[in-house]
Amino acid sequence: MDDLIADFVAECREMLEALGGEIVAWEAQPGDRARLDSIFRFVHTVKGNCGFFEFPRLEALSHAAEDALADCRAGRRAPDGALVSAVLAVIDRIGEMVEAIEAGEDMPMGDDNHLIDALAPGAEGPATPALTTTADAATKASSAPRTIRLSVELLDRVMSTVSDMVLARNELARRLRESEGDVHVDGAFERLSSIIAEMRDAITRTRMQRIENLFVGLPRMVRDLSAELGKQVLVDVDGGDVELDREMIEMIRDPLTHIIRNGVDHGIEKPAERMAAGKREIGVLSVSARQSGNQILIDIHDDGRGIDGKKLVDKAIASGVISREDAAQLSSREQLMLIFEAGLSTAKEVTAISGRGVGMDVVRSNIERIGGIVEVDSKPGQGTHMTLRVPLTLTIIPALTVSIAGQSFAIPRSAIEEIVRANGESVALDYLGGAGVATIRGRRVPEISLARILGLESHVNEQDRTLIVLRPAGGDVYALSVDRIHDHEELVVKPAAPAVMATGLYAGTTLADDGSPILLFDPAGIAQVGGVRLETQERTARIAEGPSQEISKATPVLLFHGLDGGRRALRLAVVDRIEEVPASNIKEAAGQLRVQVGDAILPLAGATVADVGESKVRLFRLNDGVHEIGYAFAEVVDFATIEHDVIHSERPGEISGVSLINNEPAELIDAHWLFANHVGAAARKTEQLVCLVPVWDPWMQNMLRPLVEAAGYRIVDDPQDETADVVIACQGEEVPEDTTGKTIWLRAEPEAAGKKDESIYRYDRAGLLMALKTAGAGRGK
Amino acid sequence: MNELLLIVTVANERVALSAAAVESVVELDTLIPVPRAAPHVAGLSALRSRVMTVIDCMRSLELGTTDCSDGIREAAVVELDGHHYALIVDLVEDVVEALSDPTPVRAAMGAGWERVSQGMVETEQGPLLLVDVAALIAGAETKAAA
Repeated sequence: MDDLIADFVAECREMLEALGGEIVAWEAQPGDRARLDSIFRFVHTVKGNCGFFEFPRLEALSHAAEDALADCRAGRRAPDGALVSAVLAVIDRIGEMVEAIEAGEDMPMGDDNHLIDALAPGAEGPATPALTTTADAATKASSAPRTIRLSVELLDRVMSTVSDMVLARNELARRLRESEGDVHVDGAFERLSSIIAEMRDAITRTRMQRIENLFVGLPRMVRDLSAELGKQVLVDVDGGDVELDREMIEMIRDPLTHIIRNGVDHGIEKPAERMAAGKREIGVLSVSARQSGNQILIDIHDDGRGIDGKKLVDKAIASGVISREDAAQLSSREQLMLIFEAGLSTAKEVTAISGRGVGMDVVRSNIERIGGIVEVDSKPGQGTHMTLRVPLTLTIIPALTVSIAGQSFAIPRSAIEEIVRANGESVALDYLGGAGVATIRGRRVPEISLARILGLESHVNEQDRTLIVLRPAGGDVYALSVDRIHDHEELVVKPAAPAVMATGLYAGTTLADDGSPILLFDPAGIAQVGGVRLETQERTARIAEGPSQEISKATPVLLFHGLDGGRRALRLAVVDRIEEVPASNIKEAAGQLRVQVGDAILPLAGATVADVGESKVRLFRLNDGVHEIGYAFAEVVDFATIEHDVIHSERPGEISGVSLINNEPAELIDAHWLFANHVGAAARKTEQLVCLVPVWDPWMQNMLRPLVEAAGYRIVDDPQDETADVVIACQGEEVPEDTTGKTIWLRAEPEAAGKKDESIYRYDRAGLLMALKTAGAGRGK
Repeated sequence: MNELLLIVTVANERVALSAAAVESVVELDTLIPVPRAAPHVAGLSALRSRVMTVIDCMRSLELGTTDCSDGIREAAVVELDGHHYALIVDLVEDVVEALSDPTPVRAAMGAGWERVSQGMVETEQGPLLLVDVAALIAGAETKAAA
């Protein structure tokens, strides 16, 4: 509201200044129609705004002046000297009031009635006490904050100068680091640095504008539109105080307008239709903006009929956008995304508002041009939800710097989905006909080797590289392999020369802290140059998922010979990798065989001490996502799939069953049993129960505690810390009353005191463990 | 016609650039290559916190490649359409006054020279070929289309 008032004040002030000359000219020539008109416009505007802001005195004044002037304009009354003076007095008074509003003061005292009365035909000229207050107000106003209007070009120039200044400072910083430091110079430089940073913030803010400016026209637009279409629509606007680069606001104005027009036109039904569908007859269209990191999210939600994905698909097939085969493969989200294809419109008939089939594709390309994304979600009958994601500003881009073959490049962070290591868990890199395909947690994404694209020689092994999963604006994901990633930086990006842009790979250039130029990649461009077709990618990626799911049904296994010579198979998914360790690394410790691999000690399965022998032992490293165990083997036979029926073993054990693999029987290792038996209590970490053991009792702490911990409990000493699931206490002791869990009572005598005594003898190990177990189960997870 | 000309040597040939177009003459040290850019784009370099695109004039003229490996190269800095370019030349010699308007060269020149030629100008040091900076930056025509 304050902002709107400030706008109103600025507008009035401007009009008053412009009117200054007009009023004088009108005084000289009361019959001058053009002057009359411009003065009329002023009072009319003031009257309109005052009604909105609830300034009743201003409104009354401007209303009276407007009436008098309207009479003149309509020829009902001839403007004379008295009227001119009266109007001038009113305008002066308005000026005083506006200044008072601006300074945040109360309205100047005084009665306006005599001014209003003076406007009446035949009235005497107004008194002039206003003049004295005008002088007062003028001196006060000078202390009030004042605004000026600047051209955006000037601001841009200042902005770019400041950017240059930041770069120059970076360079100076580098030079200072290189030379011998003088404390005084460093101190002065630090100060300069902070001033520049502050200045950059301030200048950046001058470019920011509240998104309200974009939203303020929406209710009116929707009102007009719905009236025209015979619909009833309520607009709910939220988040107008989110700030956005003013250039961005202009860039999203048209797309947003279009989406809203579409929503009202196609989305929201006619009142009768809505009633029939059991909805309120007034449709609700909500528009909200919020900031999320360096992005602004604008949600447009309507509760209309939604988008019919099937109809879209039919239309797309009819207009040749996609083939029938591809169409059959589309997920519902992909069906909806068709709305952004050129040449599609679901409207049955072309209306004046929208539905000519130009639009949504333009919306998408406009949003993507500024590095944004538009998403759509819709439930038939319930409404449509569109989300625009746009970056905060165009000039400063958060980026990740990476290097390949010793050269640094930057990648805009907004496009980065995740970063994984090529040799990491659940990542596989395969080559099909020379093209890389990375499988990341079951998702197939095309891999692009940056070294190959750039024609650079990388000394880093393909498997040791880092994969950056990128989702370019509007495109689909792909993985870019780079040698190394360095740092997140906020970069001031400048457009590169046409010869550089012509490669299609780069979005601009910037300077690193050390003063050397860095090229900023255009993720969509890389995909294009790298041969990943973005337009169709969404579909093929999904198709690629299909067969892979079928394969997983066939269960890929690793066929191997165990140390005892048995032919066995292990599900491939649980095998992390294969290690070779000296036999001396295998020891029997804490009740089972354990193997040291690197810094870790893993339980070892598939071997006994006798099997291990003298030299080296090869083992699979198995991983269930939390724990690892080793499984020793003699040799790997092959990769295979289980295609035949599995004959399950009769009792649980290391071998879950037998099946024909490559026409010979093989034993299937039960990975679940392995983990259950070799990791044991430690595996239950994630669902640990809490047990309260009295801290003052040395017997409890020293004798009981290890036992309870081995049973998978976590021990707390202080009941205040957290709610214990189980409390252990000696008979006759006080127990904290607020414990919600179960209490296990221990007694010192082997014999129970009576039938009702449910306590447990404190050396009854089995009884104690049983009690702990039932207590844990009773928690009802 | 008193236009000032900067005499530079490119591929053992003394040619003239319009001095008004040249902002400064610098010595380039670091050069960041731009992978996949047109061959005459030698790379990027920074001058006073500005990124410059470095053009190898030899390659632009299709007369070979300037060897940038030995470190410092002399270059003329020009601005074209808001972008700064550094044109690598063998040697920057002198600034002279043009004594005539450029006139067409009627002898047959190499294809590369033909493309960048703006004509012949008379100077106190004899006739010189006036080179079009924009054409140098655009590079060989096949690449310019890209």
